[in-house]
Amino acid sequence: MPTMTLNDAVLELDAEGFLADANQWNEGVAEAIARENGIPVLTEDHWKVIRYMRDTWFASGQAPTIRSLGKESGVDVKTLYKLFPKGPAKLAAKIAGIPKPHGCI
Amino acid sequence: MTMSMPELETGAAVQPITKVNIIISKGSLEGIYPGLIMANGARMEGIEANVFFTFFGMEAVLKGKNEHIKVATVGNPGLHIPTMLGGLPGMSSMVTHMMQKKMETLDIPPIDEFVQLIADSGAMLYACKASVDMFDLKQEDFVDAVDSIITVGDFYQMAGGEGSHIIFT
Repeated sequence: MPTMTLNDAVLELDAEGFLADANQWNEGVAEAIARENGIPVLTEDHWKVIRYMRDTWFASGQAPTIRSLGKESGVDVKTLYKLFPKGPAKLAAKIAGIPKPHGCI
Repeated sequence: MTMSMPELETGAAVQPITKVNIIISKGSLEGIYPGLIMANGARMEGIEANVFFTFFGMEAVLKGKNEHIKVATVGNPGLHIPTMLGGLPGMSSMVTHMMQKKMETLDIPPIDEFVQLIADSGAMLYACKASVDMFDLKQEDFVDAVDSIITVGDFYQMAGGEGSHIIFT
């Protein structure tokens, strides 16, 4: 299993680089994953999305749909794609430390 | 943290899809949604997306029409409704209503909202010049999400590039 090392903590990842255990996540982990994926600094808007994704995932066991992200995360769809150019499925979920979304929407 | 590329059995790396060019040519609910879902899904994965609306597929992006798109209940064997019954008044509305209710529970937006969401996600939406001429339409007849009216030649040109694919629905 691939791993990433951050401040001496070894974190397990799946084959696509998503955290294997969402509980191993913390803000430092988010910042490290973001940097590796071309986002040097996480702004307040990034954090809104990240927190919303984590809250949804822990509450329902699923990543939020794009529609609910746009309506409820506090960031509209246009801004969402500016914040995470590689898309909410791939990048925002990865930074939020939750598994890759399995839904199609 | 490294992510390895999937490999073919020959060991050659798979060329990832970097762009999809989706053609939506049908005007029924079940003819429009698949293309929209694929366009939205592409953007969610960070894949560039162009959507080209042609013939009755333009119903999805016509003002005043895209809120009223229905399931085809005649000539649609997958529904398992006998053709004679499928043609009864109100049948199409009823089946559409049932399907929309189910989609709402899955958080799949209605077509008009979905089109705007896809445009907001950075996908580019176009109407087909030949169809526009055939139905005597103008740019103003389309919702704002439609960028412009383009020719087939323009479409092929923008569909070019390595990792780019054309999907016809």
